[in-house]
Formats: sequence, C-alpha cells, structure tokens
Amino acid sequence: MSEERSDMSEDEDGGGGVEQKERWGPSQGGGGCGSAKSRGGVWTDPPPPFSDQVLENVLENVLQFLVCRRDRNAASLVCRSWCRAEAQTRGELFIGNCYAVSPRRATDRFRRVRSVVLKGKPRFADFSLVPLGWGAHFSPWASAMAAAYPWLERICLKRMSIADDDLSLLAFSFPFFKDLTLICCDGFGTHGLAVIAEKCRHLRVLDLIEAYLEEEEEDQVVDWVSKFPQTTTSLETLGFDCVVSTVNFEALEALVARSPALRQLRVNHHVTVDQLFRLMVRAPQLTHLGTGSFGPPAALALQGDVMEHEADLVSAFAASKSIISLSGFRDVASQYLPAIYPVCANLTTLNCSFAEITADELKPVIHHCHNLQKFWVLDTVRDEGLQAVAATCKDLQELRVFPLNATEDSEGFVSDVGLAAISQGCRRLRSILYFCQQMTNKAVITMSKNCQELVVFRLCIMGRHLPDHLTKEPMDEGFGAIVMNCKKLTRLAVSGLLTDKAFAYIGKYGKSIRTLSVAFAGDSDVGLRYVLEGCPKLQKLEIRDSPFGDPALLSGIHQYYNMRFLWMNSCKLSIRGCNDVAQRLPRLVVEVIRDRPEADDETVEKLYMYRSLAGPRNDAPPFVKIL
Amino acid sequence: MTLTANTDRLLFSATPHSSVEFPARLREMEDVKGSDGLGDTELRLGLPGTSTATRSAKRALPEGDEESHDELRRTSAAKAQVVGWPPIRSYRKNSFPARKAEAEAEAEAEAAAGLYVKVSMDGAPYLRKIDLSVYKGYKELRESLNHMFQCFSLGELSRREGGSGSEYAITYEDKDGDLMLVGDVPWEMFISSCKRLRIMKGYEARGLESRKH
Repeated sequence: MSEERSDMSEDEDGGGGVEQKERWGPSQGGGGCGSAKSRGGVWTDPPPPFSDQVLENVLENVLQFLVCRRDRNAASLVCRSWCRAEAQTRGELFIGNCYAVSPRRATDRFRRVRSVVLKGKPRFADFSLVPLGWGAHFSPWASAMAAAYPWLERICLKRMSIADDDLSLLAFSFPFFKDLTLICCDGFGTHGLAVIAEKCRHLRVLDLIEAYLEEEEEDQVVDWVSKFPQTTTSLETLGFDCVVSTVNFEALEALVARSPALRQLRVNHHVTVDQLFRLMVRAPQLTHLGTGSFGPPAALALQGDVMEHEADLVSAFAASKSIISLSGFRDVASQYLPAIYPVCANLTTLNCSFAEITADELKPVIHHCHNLQKFWVLDTVRDEGLQAVAATCKDLQELRVFPLNATEDSEGFVSDVGLAAISQGCRRLRSILYFCQQMTNKAVITMSKNCQELVVFRLCIMGRHLPDHLTKEPMDEGFGAIVMNCKKLTRLAVSGLLTDKAFAYIGKYGKSIRTLSVAFAGDSDVGLRYVLEGCPKLQKLEIRDSPFGDPALLSGIHQYYNMRFLWMNSCKLSIRGCNDVAQRLPRLVVEVIRDRPEADDETVEKLYMYRSLAGPRNDAPPFVKIL
Repeated sequence: MTLTANTDRLLFSATPHSSVEFPARLREMEDVKGSDGLGDTELRLGLPGTSTATRSAKRALPEGDEESHDELRRTSAAKAQVVGWPPIRSYRKNSFPARKAEAEAEAEAEAAAGLYVKVSMDGAPYLRKIDLSVYKGYKELRESLNHMFQCFSLGELSRREGGSGSEYAITYEDKDGDLMLVGDVPWEMFISSCKRLRIMKGYEARGLESRKH
C-alpha cells in the first residue's frame, strides 16, 4: 500500500509548486526572478560579474542541502542571485496543478531536475464529476522533459491522462530512469507497461496505484511481465494490483526470483493463494506485500488440496520475518486469515479494506497488531471491530473505514459508537476517513478532545443532510469542536446536516486548514464567505451541491491567488459572477464546464478555477469554456 | 450580500457552546431544510422538470402506507443515486464481486444520464469512451476525437466532404448494426442511434459513402 507517499495523499507543506515562487498579486505582471525575463519565460539575464558568480557557486553548494520545497521556495525569493542558484540546485520538481505553469517555463527555469511530481485533474474527477476528456494530458510534459532532463530518474503522476506513447517516450528518453509511480491515472495500457519494463534497465520502482488502464481487447493485452530484462533486475517495488488483466504467472515468478532487491510487491486479484505462496518463497525479504485473491482457488477446491495450501501459506508467512505492510485480501476466506498471525506483531500497515470480514473474524487478527500505525478496513467489522482496534492499536496514526455499500440509503455498519471508541483508544490518531450513516455531535466532540494530533479529519455521513441521529440537531457543533480543538488540522471534509454556523466555526478556528471538502451543506452565501474570509491557509477548496452563489464567490477575490484551486459544482453560480472574477483576476484561469448541451448559458453547473502562469490552456475540449 | 454588524459581533464573541443569535431568516431556512430551495441545487438523474421525493422518501413515512413506502423507496433509491455520492472511487466500487452488480447498475444509471459510446481506432490497441450528450454537434465531436487520438500523431480526421488527402474517417455503428459515416444524418438522430464509434482508414470508409446512395 503505497499511500505511504505522504506527499501525494496528504497536503504538501507551504502550498509549494513552481507557481508559489513567482510573486502573486492582482497588480503584478510576470513576477518571478530575473527582471529581463521575457514573456515566454526564457532566461535572458546577462551573466553576473565574476565575484557574483563565485558567490553563486558557493550558494549552490549550500542550497543543494535544502530538500524541503517550502524552504526552497523561500530561498528563491531572497534575490535574483539566490533565485538562480536555487533553480540550479532543485532536484525535485513538484507541480501541484499541471495547468498552473507551462512545461516549457518549468523546464527552462529548473535545469537539473532528477525527479518530477505532477498532478492533474481535480480530486472530484474521482467521483465522475469531471467529464471524460477534460484534460490533464501528460504528453506535453513528457515531450518537454524528454528534451530538458536527460538524467531524469523519477516521475510520479497523479490524476493525469497518459498515453502508451508517452510511456514509450519516457522509456526511450531517460536512460537512467528508475522510478515510475502512477496514482489514479488513466489512458494507458499493457503496451505502455511493456515498453517501460523492456527499456528501463535500471528500473527500481513500478508502482500503479488505482490506475484505470484502458479496456483492451482480449488479443491485444500484452504480456508485459515477460518483458523485463532476463538478467538480475534492480526492482525494489512492483505494484500492479489495479491491473485488471491477468499476468503471466510463470514470468512473474521468474522475475521475482531474479530481483534480489525486491521489497514491495502488490499483485492483482488473479494471483491465487498457491501462487502467492510460490512468490513468497522466492522473496522472503519482502517488507510490503499485497496479496491477490485470499480465498481457496476454485480449481484446487475441487481437488481437495485446500488444506495443504493453507499449511503452505502459514509456513510462508512464518518465514517472512520482514513484512511490515499487508494489503490485498481480495475474495477473502476467513479460514485463511490466521495464516498472517506470525507477521501481525511487526505490522505497521494493514489494509484489509477489500475484505468483507466481520468483527469476529477481525478480532483475532487485530489482537496481535500492537504496532499498527495505519489501518484501512471495511465497515463490515462494525463498531465492535473498531472497539477491538481501539483496545490494541495504541500507536494508530491513520484509520480509514470504507463502506461496503457505497450508497446513500445503505444500512451503514459503523456509527458514532465506533468513532468514540477509536478516539478513546487511539490518542495518537493523525488522520481519519470514516464513512457511516449515523453520527452524533457528541462522538465527534469527544474525538476532537481525545485526539489532539489530528491533521486530517474526513467524516462522510452517507445519507445527505442527515442530522445528529440522537438529538436531530445539525452536525455544526461536532465539526466546530474539531476545528476548535485540533490545532494541527490541515485537512477537513464535512458532511451531514450543516448550517452556516458550521462554516462560521471553520472560518473562525480553522486557521491551519489547507484543504476543505464540502458537500450538500450550508444555508446561504454567508457560509462560503466565512471560509474564504477566515481561513488564510486555504489552498484547495472543493464544494458540491451547496447553496453558494455569486456574492459568495466574489467575497474570495482576495484569496484566490493564494490558493491552488477552487472547484464548485451544482451550486448557485451564474456566468455573470464567474465573469466578474475572471475579469478582476487576470492570472486566474476560470473554467466553466458544461454537463449537457441544452443547459442554459446563465447558470454555471461546474466551475473550476486555478491560478496559473500559463494562461488559458490550449487543449480545452468543447464542453469547457474558459472565461 | 453583507453581514450586518450585529451578526458579526454576536457571532465572534460567542463560544461554541453559548447560543448564537442568527438572523431570523437563517433560522427559518434551517427549519424548512427538508423541502426548501435547496432542491434546485440537487443533482437528479430524472429529466429536468420532474420532481423526486428523494429526501422525503428517506424521512419518516406514514406507518400504514407500507406499499407506497416500498415503491417510493424503490423509485427514490433508483433516482436518489446522485452522481459521485457517497464519494467512493469506482475502482473500489468495482472491487466487490457481490456488489459489482450494484456498481454496474449504478454505472448504468450514470451512463443513462449521458450517452456513453466506445470509440475504437484502427491500429490503436484499446478503446476509449466518450459521452455524446455533452457535445452540441458534429464539429465539437470531431474536435474532441482529434484531441483524443492526437497521441497517435495521425493528423486531422477527415471531413465528411471527403477530405483532401487526410487519412482517417469517423464511422459509427447504428442500432441495426450497420456501419455508417458520421455526419450523414441530423445530430439528434445520430446521437439516438449511435451505438459505437469507429475511426478507420479513409479508403475503407469510401465504400460506405457510395453504399449509402
């Protein structure tokens, strides 16, 4: 489970990214360092005099030790000389919004980059709210980087559309390429994977996290696993649990056998337990394992070999002294769970959120997991299961409870009881994502008092507009307590019946909040206004189906250049308000996304706006109007 | 819209546990939340103009009204699946075989709100999907397809009038399974009969044009 890459799933510090270093303000022109910079962002400064050159060299030697993005951004603002030196020594480039800056401008400024992190679509694209074909194409970035960064080693992409051709370009352009991580990306298929496997001879990491591979016709699927070099590989991480097509198991086994550096392996659900056993035998040094299917293989069940394979599995886990992270558990059969007992005491991460297990099935497992820090689970374990977690996992830092039935009127198996129990037992909790149908203000307030380390609080009461199920009051007080008591909170997602009062609390107390997600909440424009006026650190604001209109939108004019983006759909915005904002903030790209052609031109169904040095993008599809 | 000075003062001097006097207007809105003007911000799958008893269906219904309760629940369950809510990625939704049927039904409902067709391109190893209902006409469709398949660096897709040396033509499979050239019929008729799009080499498509006549 590679969500350990905290820089991708959590907020990054300091609102970083290239755009932060250019000076922002409605009255400013190009900003950035280098007064002689032309419009296209090409450096045209005359070379500095000799002594200054020496100073810059010294500075470069010092600045190379700066790793943190925020520090680098600050250093680059000191003066032109520092800006140049910093640009020369920045090794990792983080672009939080691929449309905030043009690839050319980024590669012109930062010349010696070895690692690139690039994010594309807004998060609500995950929930089908952004129409297909909207954008975030990797191609222009691939081309620019191929030309500018021959020594590039690492690429990490999130919510980008990547074509197989792009992957080919990567494979052929970067001879030292080591690390490819794709999170929630789409557009490519097994062809692309095959080229990467074949051509990137120094590949260490190939990590596909919830990628949506293109549907391929049966006969078009490529056996990419066979394409890895036949010699010993340098593979350390191989994650393909999201790949829907089967892989050639013999090739996979042979690959694992000749990859002595392999530490993290996540296979897809086509890999059966007996196959898993064989892989584990080949790689006893694994630290992170994602199982495939964790139930009796259909074929074996017929032969009556099930018992033998269970014993094999047990011995495999007993022999795996290094495992600290487990995930997978698709199609789980509870009688197989005890096999993992030998490794439980060492586990820091356990993701069984694809396993439909009950409280009774969970308890014996969790009982052993004293060192667990990250736990993802399905709500089928109920409050009782969560109570067991609270009793044992004193070091728990991150908890995610997903719903088995992700529908509004589903039964909901966990409630305020589970939340309160967790808050009692897991005082060091930093991050929580909790789906439920029943919640009370009291439980949320309790959590706010018990878990002072909370950085991320995301509560999703699945039924829309549901109040406190005991008092029938809005959930304002609960969320209010969270923002008031949890001083380290940077990310908040609200739900349930909420009035403007909740937003007043957020505006008053949420001084560190950087990401806020709102759905079906609030009464009037005042709610949004509280947030825009009260939360100075706000970077990402995503809102759906809430009664906020033009006046609320306009109240944030002072804030939008400080933010990465604002997303609003199904609110009360009109084209007039959006035009107003677009006119007043020339460096803001204001996209109005149309859902249906017959939708009238007055109301704005979907708004996505973001600061950008690149201006309106040239790849917008016909249903996107840039104001 | 401006906050009155009164409200500001009262609001920001209060602690969360003391009662805060909100303007009467806001209180009113809280009370009528169940049936109010929030309705027009609600995403629905029904045609514009139809009403849905979504939220009220979930609230208490008259006890004796079991039959209509069930029916209402069923219809509201079907309609109340608002797009993208609860916020769970489809990757997760599709991962449970037992739930897959539900997830697929949901996807179908979502798709029914749009007109999703597969697009294949000769020579490309995989398919794409687009939603025909977001386009106003043929021009926008061509533009989009151009964008989508540009990565194959195959140049402009040919126009219906029989492009000047361009290589590809857009065809579609209609309800009867016939292969037709895109652009022949009025747009409305096209989107209601198009089942699948296929981008093929120009010379292959030329046969279609003459066949039609």
